[in-house]
Amino acid sequence: MRTRIGGVPILNTGTLSPLTPEYRRNPDFFKGACQLACILTILLLAFIFGEILLKAWPAIHQFGFGFITGTQWSPNRGVFGVLPVLIGTVESSFLALLVALPLGLSIALFISEDFLPNSLRQFIRFVVELLAAIPSVVYGLWGVFVVIPLVQKYGTILSDHFGFLPLFAGPAYGNSLLTASLVLALMVLPTITAISRSSLVVVPYSLREGSYALGATRWETILGVILPTASPGIVASAILAFGRAMGETMAVAMLIGNSQRLSWSLLSPSNTLSALLANQFSEADGIQISALMYAAALLVALTLVVNIAGEMVLRQTQRATSVLR
Amino acid sequence: MSNDYTSSEAHPIQVSNETALPYELTDVVPPSETNFIKVNDFRFFYGKKEVLHGVNLEIPSRRVTSFIGPSGCGKSTLLRNFNRMNELIPGVRHEGDITIHGTSIFDPSVEVIALRRRIGMVFQKSNPFPMSIYGNIVYPLRIAGQGDRSMLDETVERCLRSAALWDEVKDRLHESALGLSGGQMQRLCIARAIASRPEILLMDEPCSALDPIATAKVEELIIELKRNFTIIIVTHNMHQASRVSELTAFFYLGNLVEFDETRKIFTNPSKLQTEEYITGRFG
Amino acid sequence: MLRNRFLTGLCIALSLLTLFPLISIVILVIRNGLPLISMNLFTQLSPAPGLEGGGFGNAIMGTLVMVCISLLLAVPLGILSAVYINEYAPVSPVSSAVRFVAKLLTGIPSIICGVFAFAAVVMTSQHFSAIAGGVALAILILPIILLTSEQALMGVSVSYREASYGVGATPFQTIWRIVLPDAMPAIMTGIMLAVSRAAGETAPVLFTALFSQNWITSVFEPTASLSVLIYNFASLPYAYHIKLAWSASLVLVTLVTLTNILSQMIFSPKQR
Repeated sequence: MRTRIGGVPILNTGTLSPLTPEYRRNPDFFKGACQLACILTILLLAFIFGEILLKAWPAIHQFGFGFITGTQWSPNRGVFGVLPVLIGTVESSFLALLVALPLGLSIALFISEDFLPNSLRQFIRFVVELLAAIPSVVYGLWGVFVVIPLVQKYGTILSDHFGFLPLFAGPAYGNSLLTASLVLALMVLPTITAISRSSLVVVPYSLREGSYALGATRWETILGVILPTASPGIVASAILAFGRAMGETMAVAMLIGNSQRLSWSLLSPSNTLSALLANQFSEADGIQISALMYAAALLVALTLVVNIAGEMVLRQTQRATSVLR
Repeated sequence: MSNDYTSSEAHPIQVSNETALPYELTDVVPPSETNFIKVNDFRFFYGKKEVLHGVNLEIPSRRVTSFIGPSGCGKSTLLRNFNRMNELIPGVRHEGDITIHGTSIFDPSVEVIALRRRIGMVFQKSNPFPMSIYGNIVYPLRIAGQGDRSMLDETVERCLRSAALWDEVKDRLHESALGLSGGQMQRLCIARAIASRPEILLMDEPCSALDPIATAKVEELIIELKRNFTIIIVTHNMHQASRVSELTAFFYLGNLVEFDETRKIFTNPSKLQTEEYITGRFG
Repeated sequence: MLRNRFLTGLCIALSLLTLFPLISIVILVIRNGLPLISMNLFTQLSPAPGLEGGGFGNAIMGTLVMVCISLLLAVPLGILSAVYINEYAPVSPVSSAVRFVAKLLTGIPSIICGVFAFAAVVMTSQHFSAIAGGVALAILILPIILLTSEQALMGVSVSYREASYGVGATPFQTIWRIVLPDAMPAIMTGIMLAVSRAAGETAPVLFTALFSQNWITSVFEPTASLSVLIYNFASLPYAYHIKLAWSASLVLVTLVTLTNILSQMIFSPKQR
């Protein structure tokens, strides 16, 4: 076997023949496994929707649209209506948003503008992230021992003086719509802060410069230029926070009083879809399970619509601001 | 220059499991095949955009051929077609053919993985893996199934010696490759590229990110390596092309303008465009 | 000028306003939860209503078991899917569908995970079980693991892949030997975040794994969990149980805080 040509060792200079026996490609099993994982993930979502709808079908069939408009929920009598619960869900989330939006926006402004040194801003960001990470049930526990007494005390004062307004009609229970909404506000605040902050920081510096160059003060710039530019993103954050509030369960279940009665007052107990599910599933039976599944399907539909709307607004704002840059 | 382009030594003989030997320097210029790599009417498209227009080229073996030309002229694109690396980009398409030793590299029966193992590539920006120096060099062998420890050790020494890196790193083979200097990293990448004894070495502006001293070392390396490899080097630096290569191809806007002996291209080019590029009137 | 000062003051005031509840939570959790903390808590069973003494060892065990079940289900599914959509076919209908599905899954309220597990597992097996709880948690953490793994894979330098393909490695070899090992720290961080999230969730396990006063003996039986323990004990009129609830909250909050800090340390340097 020749090992050298012209005094130089020959290397692996075999012909580049297509039938080179040194390599035959094996099928990529790993790729197959990854593809399977993708298919399963997609099917999972379909499975979730399908299963809930399937189990809800008997109730849908039996109660139809009356389920949504009915005001009585009595498992013993076989009467199921979720209107009070639906109203409670929307009301509590809306109230939570009302409180969380100004607070969250203030913090977002605070950490996106340079009021403070960077290290303090990072610290506040960390604190807000921590707020987001605290489990719902811990919020509930804290709410029971801190917020309920507070609402009871000040709620009584409120109903004493303003009780003629249906909104503040007494008696002021501790477990009430107001309590749940306040704690919910705390829980969705990080969402508003995070998304608003990212909308604020992508406002191009040139806009800021232009405003200052015209002689505007810092706050005039913020209110006149930056906030309007970032407003679609802020709106998106509000929508997404609303969706999150609707889906929140444990803190609400522990604080809202779980009453099926429709009431105008903020200070009376109420109920939400998720709290209803949390309270009743473990002991439900027969048609009640199906009714609960119906309620769950409604919750899924609600949160889905709100989340998709929020995402669409968010994507729209991202596209819009990229034009500015 | 006594060019021996005859293929009198006919078909090179397949040698496997050869023991690692540092290359011996001899004065005998190894024989070369004229049309080792043949590019036939090759056109290349990124989506709708045609970036190479009908290139015809014959590259001989065991020589250094350089591709020169201004930015965007297609030289790197052509280079990356030799080992079908462009296929990693979605939406590319080609017409025409490239053959190595008579066999088209695009032939459906050619396994692209096998092709890439027979061709070594050095990139513009050195890209060592986040592993030890040892791990970097034996990677091509491990993926080919070679696990024998003594074989791996010999290969590491052979390659590092060939890349003129052995003395500098022999005591820290198992330290991270990312701790090397820029020039050392690029030489490591060259060592890795020759680990599986490829026949062809493709170098895409290997020195553009290096300082002059490291560049000089790499150029020395190329001159020594050419005895055993067919080397194609893409370079922006005309002086480098004239220093290391025997043949030069000048590209402009996706066309091969001129291909000839390096000496001739740089002293007496046939085409006006070539002359203008060489003398710096454009590009 | 005055307006500016006023607005700045308002901004600061509102921001501080939100700080107070958080401080309150942290202080209360520590103040009420710390007194009972001892090794006993982790080794003893939870007490029956009215009785004193005992800890939440079984609850911790139960949470651990269910989180493990959820990891077993969600981690392979999440990582393999992420590998496919980032490495094998980044631009393809399947990948777009997976990303869309993952986004939707993140928006599903945690209680719906429980409802689904109830429908699919509890109703079918006529049994409340730890497995049902694990399945519910798996659905909860799947999108987290999928999306953080995708981020982790995207963070791997393109040059490594190029170098690997250049020497003739197959996609599988490139992924297995180069990409995944490099992305591992970030993937682990994602899993860590998922674990701390799953450990704290109540709604998914509330009516799937129910609760239990005993040590877990089988995954086909109901089991206690830390979060459900807090929920149950918070409404009891017994001081000891309420203190236990606070101590359990302390454990959860500590876990969550540590995980967040750790993940910042691991993730942030990589982004740079």
